[in-house]
Amino acid sequence: MTQTCNCLRHDAAFFLIKVPANRFNGFTDYSVGVGLRIPHYQHILEKKPVVGWFEIISENYMVDGGRPLAILDQILEQYRVVQHGVSAYFGSAEPLNRDHLRRLKALVKRTKTRWLTDHLCWGSVDGTYSHDLLPMPYTFEAAKVTARKVREARSYLELPIAVENVSSYAEFHESEMTEWEFLNEVVERADCGILLDVNNIYVSSRNHGFNPYDYLNSVPPERVAQIHIAGHSKFAKYILDTHDHPVIDPVWKLYEHAIRRVGPAATLLEWDDRIPSFDEVHAEARKAEKYLAAPVAVAP
Amino acid sequence: MSLLQLQRRMAAELMRPLAPGDHIDPAIDAGYIKPNDRLTARERLEIYSRSYWYRLLDSLYEDFPGLRAVLGERVFKRLANGYLAERPSRSWTLRNLGSQLEEWLRQNPDYAGGRLDLAIDMIRLEWAHIEAFDGGTDAVLGPEDLLELGPDLRIGLQPYIRLIELRYPVDDLRVKVSAASEERGTASNAVLKRKAGGLVRRIHRLDPRHILLAVHRHDFMVYYRRLDAEEFHLLSALRRGLPLGKAMEAAVEDSPLPVEELRHRVETWFAAWAEMGWLARRTS
Repeated sequence: MTQTCNCLRHDAAFFLIKVPANRFNGFTDYSVGVGLRIPHYQHILEKKPVVGWFEIISENYMVDGGRPLAILDQILEQYRVVQHGVSAYFGSAEPLNRDHLRRLKALVKRTKTRWLTDHLCWGSVDGTYSHDLLPMPYTFEAAKVTARKVREARSYLELPIAVENVSSYAEFHESEMTEWEFLNEVVERADCGILLDVNNIYVSSRNHGFNPYDYLNSVPPERVAQIHIAGHSKFAKYILDTHDHPVIDPVWKLYEHAIRRVGPAATLLEWDDRIPSFDEVHAEARKAEKYLAAPVAVAP
Repeated sequence: MSLLQLQRRMAAELMRPLAPGDHIDPAIDAGYIKPNDRLTARERLEIYSRSYWYRLLDSLYEDFPGLRAVLGERVFKRLANGYLAERPSRSWTLRNLGSQLEEWLRQNPDYAGGRLDLAIDMIRLEWAHIEAFDGGTDAVLGPEDLLELGPDLRIGLQPYIRLIELRYPVDDLRVKVSAASEERGTASNAVLKRKAGGLVRRIHRLDPRHILLAVHRHDFMVYYRRLDAEEFHLLSALRRGLPLGKAMEAAVEDSPLPVEELRHRVETWFAAWAEMGWLARRTS
């Protein structure tokens, strides 16, 4: 087990090896992982590739039985698994869904995930579900509601929780702060971790016209439990977070900058559509290793 | 505007059915959203609205391929849009999206394109398929557990098994639809068109036929098994929790079969059920 070094210096010339284990990722030192997806099941179970860890979409396995759980059990025999959720909707004004939480807890016991992530977004209202990651208004009221729900979920699940910044395509007149200020407000109030998605920062920066490095530089490094990287699709007037392409160079540059600030954090490549072979996805994920292996300069 | 007010307004607007061309309803102004130098507020909301409709429609398309074959793509699309507009998802999982489709279609028969009974049967089969795929499993009763069967014994049925009564042989049709779908990507366009034409003709010619079916799974694959009337009634009685003696009485009371034949069949059924792991210990 490794410990987090808190001796951060706001001096770009200062180099140190900073380990990413912290209380938000269960003091683990996971390196590069891959999202577990159905088209790869057979390859993984037959070839048993060497993979640091797999991230699963929790909701895909929150069922009573059958193939999803049988496959998961086989994966768990050989690999470390971290749970990533899409339906907690911490930012929805309505209370947490108790059935969702109960099933999530059962899955946590099964996977023994060391930490759990979901999105900083909303997606349901009055019991009706959009099944989307809808953008938050960056208000103090929203931060307060979201943080309270993160705390409630953590207390029930008895597990560290990290919230992920989402890609967004709309901003609200109601907002009282920037997205990164809102992220900080929520994680401070909830005392939770951050799943830092650098692709999402890039996508939102292009859609809303902000400097992605301003965002990255405001993220408290000691709270970053994990990093996501992914590809996206470019349209004439906006960029869509589609997870169906390799990671582009500007996102790798952002990732490099994030690693300099945060240290060699557990990193996960997401590829959810037009999924190529496992080897191709794994090779794309492993490109992160060169950044993780580099000496860390703590950037301002 | 409070958080709840904003979320109610945005959800109501993005869940409103798309206008022709998959554009957001022109009556929506989305005034709570900031425009930018490339997109108006409405255009920004439209990104979310399209994403919502495409995701949910895709989910129904995937879950009900047999219904699509029965209705044809145009009628199915109209049905799916109508269903989602009136019954948006009330579950945290898309797995449950079609759970109310049968009930909704019974209340809105005009969406069935003149094939209501056939469509209802296919919906029931395809929903049972979903439930059999990932339903729970209780501790299995094997052949050795059945050596001392008595009238007071209570036997459970595996929770994942679904017993359904149909008016059309949609099980055969659904198997053919799946096979055609698997062939896609390997066969030439000409072969696919010929086979699709054959499937459409088969649907048009499909005659009603009373079918009693168990939708179950083996090695994590879902299968359909047709049942005799007595077998269906016996399994249904076990599912209702009746002790074995009463379940047998309920199953055979209207049977025209001679007692010896019934005895033989019951032995065969129990052996087959035990072999397939259908029987479970009752926990209550």
